[in-house]
Amino acid sequence: MCGTCGCVSENGVTILTPDHSHHHGHRDDHNPDHTHHHGHTHSHDPQHTHTPTLPRTLDLTQSVLAKNDRLAERNRGYFLAKNLLVLNVISSPGSGKTTLLQATAQNVGLSCGVVVGDLETDNDAQRFRAGGIPSIQITTGTLCHLEADMVLTAAQHLNLDALQLLIIENVGNLVCPAAYDLGETLRVVLLSTTEGEDKPLKYPTLFKSADVVLLTKLDIAEAVGFDEATALANVQAINPTASIFPVSAKTGLGMAAWYDCLQDYRAGIGDPS
Amino acid sequence: MHELSLITETLAIALRNAEAENAQQIHRLTMAIGAASGVVPDALQFAFDVAIQGTIAENAELAIETIPVTCQCPQCQTQFSPPDWIYECPTCQTLVSQTLTGREIQLKSLEVS
Repeated sequence: MCGTCGCVSENGVTILTPDHSHHHGHRDDHNPDHTHHHGHTHSHDPQHTHTPTLPRTLDLTQSVLAKNDRLAERNRGYFLAKNLLVLNVISSPGSGKTTLLQATAQNVGLSCGVVVGDLETDNDAQRFRAGGIPSIQITTGTLCHLEADMVLTAAQHLNLDALQLLIIENVGNLVCPAAYDLGETLRVVLLSTTEGEDKPLKYPTLFKSADVVLLTKLDIAEAVGFDEATALANVQAINPTASIFPVSAKTGLGMAAWYDCLQDYRAGIGDPS
Repeated sequence: MHELSLITETLAIALRNAEAENAQQIHRLTMAIGAASGVVPDALQFAFDVAIQGTIAENAELAIETIPVTCQCPQCQTQFSPPDWIYECPTCQTLVSQTLTGREIQLKSLEVS
């Protein structure tokens, strides 16, 4: 971790703090005079041989995502202890996530902070901060999704004790984020009217994992020939238990029901003060 | 392309287990991938070929077993394998959310020597 601003860079993933203005140079401790020999220390026991062992099968049956799942559970406990409602918001790039979340943060009636994931730039975090919403940006470099450990490190840069709602805006992608639990209370998937009614059928893994589906940009539904009834039927066929809210962040259409939903979930978590 | 992340983690688990068994070489990794896991086997194979370079799994083979989706209807308890992504109970036509199998991303076994 950078000692100047607390920002973190690991494997191309960087957490950009708001005052991130200094340069991170390449630190290299390899002195050219470094010529001494690194000897090995194990004893040369005549019984100790390195011949290959017999071929054999090791039965493991381990979940590859076990480590992330464990960290996500740790996050869930941590967020619960702070009475936080946590949203993991996932959608295609350009589906209106940031606009919808700005409106939500400003009007939901809960004190709100945002963790934003993008491949590059902190433009989205700046947009939130310009509206007075505390936010922290994770730039993932080439990584196509957020993972549980990144979210915790980033979230701790926000004053979580002052928040009631923590929104995690995931990297714009309808495939990869589906597999990674972040420790959220609710997984929210967006489907914008410009994407077509059959998106849930094309990306079933993600839509099946949603607790809430928001149909966004409803104000332009007519102009783009979006058939709301068909879209609703497709979401319900893929995910019969998801709550669905058709909304327009621009006009405010349907947003009150979405806010009520968040208020209800927050009230169920703990002290609603 | 989260398959590279998944393979990196798979290989880390494999190397840890091989080392614990004093194995000098990994010959084969077998993974179980659920049909509804969102993982593309071809992308997994591609990432594997890159990730194993310079490790004791360098010449290893990756075997992928696909686990089909199975569901149990919460209304009539029928167990069924849905033919597509809409999990409709063939007995009572209830739409089902939960799966019994089909979401696995597992490292099943290693062949080492």
